[in-house]
Amino acid sequence: MNPGPLVFLATFFALATSWLGFVVMPQLQIGRQQQVEIKDTGEMYPARRPGLAKQGEEVYRANGCYYCHSQQVRPLGFGTDVARGWGARPSPVQSVAQDYLYDQPVMLGSQRVGPDLTNIGLRQTNEVWLLSHLYNPQLTSKGSTMPPYPFLFMKSKLALGEKPSPNAVFVVNGPKENYEILPTDKAKALVAYLGSLHSEAIVFETPPFPSTNAPAASTNAPVIATATNSVPTNSPAK
Amino acid sequence: MSATISPSQSISTGSPQAVPEISAAEIDASCRAPVMLLFLSAAGWVLASSFFGIIASLKFHKPVMLADYSWLTYGRVHPAASNALVYGFGLQAGLGVLLWLVAHLGRTKLASAPLVIAGWLFWNVGVTLGILGIIGGDSTGYEMLELPRYASVPMFFGYLGIGLAGMLTFHQRRERELYISQWFLLAALFWFPWIYSSANLLLVAKPVRGVMQAVIDAWYANNLTTVWFGLVGLGAAFYLIPKITKRPLASHYLGLFTFWTLIIFGSWSRVPAGAPVPAWLPALSTFAAVLTLVPILAVAVNVKQTLCGYSGSEGCNPALKFIAFGMAAYVLSGLMSVGASLGRVSKITNFTWFVPAQMQLVIYGFFAMTMFGAIYYIVPKLTQREFCKPKMVAAHFWLAMLGIVLYAAPLAIGGVKQGLALNDAKTPFLDVVTGTLPFLRASTTGDLLMAVGHLIFLMNLAGLLVKLGHASYKTAMSLNTKAAGVAS
Ligand code: HEC
Repeated sequence: MNPGPLVFLATFFALATSWLGFVVMPQLQIGRQQQVEIKDTGEMYPARRPGLAKQGEEVYRANGCYYCHSQQVRPLGFGTDVARGWGARPSPVQSVAQDYLYDQPVMLGSQRVGPDLTNIGLRQTNEVWLLSHLYNPQLTSKGSTMPPYPFLFMKSKLALGEKPSPNAVFVVNGPKENYEILPTDKAKALVAYLGSLHSEAIVFETPPFPSTNAPAASTNAPVIATATNSVPTNSPAK
Repeated sequence: MSATISPSQSISTGSPQAVPEISAAEIDASCRAPVMLLFLSAAGWVLASSFFGIIASLKFHKPVMLADYSWLTYGRVHPAASNALVYGFGLQAGLGVLLWLVAHLGRTKLASAPLVIAGWLFWNVGVTLGILGIIGGDSTGYEMLELPRYASVPMFFGYLGIGLAGMLTFHQRRERELYISQWFLLAALFWFPWIYSSANLLLVAKPVRGVMQAVIDAWYANNLTTVWFGLVGLGAAFYLIPKITKRPLASHYLGLFTFWTLIIFGSWSRVPAGAPVPAWLPALSTFAAVLTLVPILAVAVNVKQTLCGYSGSEGCNPALKFIAFGMAAYVLSGLMSVGASLGRVSKITNFTWFVPAQMQLVIYGFFAMTMFGAIYYIVPKLTQREFCKPKMVAAHFWLAMLGIVLYAAPLAIGGVKQGLALNDAKTPFLDVVTGTLPFLRASTTGDLLMAVGHLIFLMNLAGLLVKLGHASYKTAMSLNTKAAGVAS
């Protein structure tokens, strides 16, 4: 007997099973998800990203932020995702498939060298903070291991007495030189993208806590207050 | 009988049919150019991978280092390093070893060497474009599949060329009985084009929507690292260990059993628990991950029994050292991956440095080390020359071995520590981060040792080629003078 075809068939069946089970089946189950209407607000969820945030998603992808930052909050009982304030849903279930409908590409991330960014848009609404942090994380988070991204900014000299641009992230008035740091379009887009990162809407898959023992039934604020190691300027988005 | 065939027999004993024998030297001659090309460029890529890896690693010593250049930012050099290792080195070295083994086990010459050389060209053009693309910010954003479309298309066709030559070689084999390695290698030949085209079509060409992307990416990455690397690495080891030690593989059936269990359980996805996907996916993944214990233990038993009591003079054979280390790393990394898939442990190790430590132990500790061993075994046969400096081969082994240990061990330990700290909500996040720094910095030592090892590896191969070139130049010259003498 020639065993060649047998090897071929074995390979074919093993791979076909795996492919059907882990590619086709889940695609049939969640591949056709659509926007849903949120009961309380009547808004459609998830919203499509506006243009600038969409461009920012490209900057996030191109610079590989997702090698250090995850974008998935695990449910209650999985680590301290909720206790660290990374989640924003008053529900034991946090990130669900629905949240990623319009991400392209979906960058769940596999590492948490930095904090989870699923809800950074709620946690950090101060754009200047985000920009200075990108320019040099040490400015806002002393001791951070996040690399700085000066190439997303422009340094522009200021003549004596010249007024800094309103866009300036910060201005340096040194004895020798005066300059301001301006964000490039990429930096602005990236910050718009970070602002678009939030998933607090209650959907079918994330039932709210039963109201009797809800730790955060009516507002996100208590959850978010413990959110971050950074500046206390967080305010809930809504 | 097929059950007891050992590779030493299958080559030394004559076949009963009256087919004219093809000598091993003739087979080697047919493989020489294409396989050497694959090995040499693999050696170049593994060195390039070290270069990017060191830059990435240095960022944890000083985040501002080289921060002014977008193309040297962490999120670009890190994937450049892993892609150069996987596609530049791993696939090429694996294919080179595979072709040579398929030719020898079938006792036939390599079919259509030009096809392999064309494939090699396409593959390397693709990988080069792709790595430059990642550095330039064109990564696709899918881990393990970062190479952009303009890279993956030529690579796919390159693979098809090489794979087709492998299939033709297998088809024209003169030894009809199959040795166990051929099962592994043949399956690997089919596996890659299927998963690679599937993943690229569904993620890059016509992306599916939403979190399905992450599901498919996990499926692809797992199939590449667990199944493809597993098949080629084990296929090579099951041939080379018996060949070098001159003892038959302890159990042919255990080998077959490994084959079946690996392709069935290994190919199921690796979706971690807690991921935002339907709950049955991580559940089934965990189940399959636990079942991969079966092939892992089967390999451990088989290799251990083959080597048991062995203390031949070949004990210091460098190829055997590499491969034995590769097998140990296979078992260890397998156990780590089973452990990390279990609910309680996964809650600690998920998202930590433990995961890349385990990954690197598979890709480098197991696969790359086994390939180094195979290359050191094969190349002297291809070139009919011994390595000029055997000491340098041994040096490569020690550097690579210490390198991967010093890389993976701190990350694995640091990862567990990081996971425990992350799970303690009272530890501020930044403290968790700074707690991992000593481990990350220690792992840079491993990166550096491996890099020196890769430099030596490239020099060893190049040294042999220079020797070979020199010799053929001499014969050409003497032929020339003879011809001139005849003419005058
Ligand atoms: C080498 C790993 C690494 C990379 C790459 C990285 N970060 Fe970070 N990031 C960190 C660490 C560590 C922290 C926590 C300390 C701090 O706030 O700086 C952090 C914090 C942050 C925060 C503040 C989060 C919070 O909860 O306060 C934001 C926003 C952020 N990073 C965005 C980005 C973006 C955008 C990119 C890509 C351009 C990026 N990071 C790339 C490691 C990284």
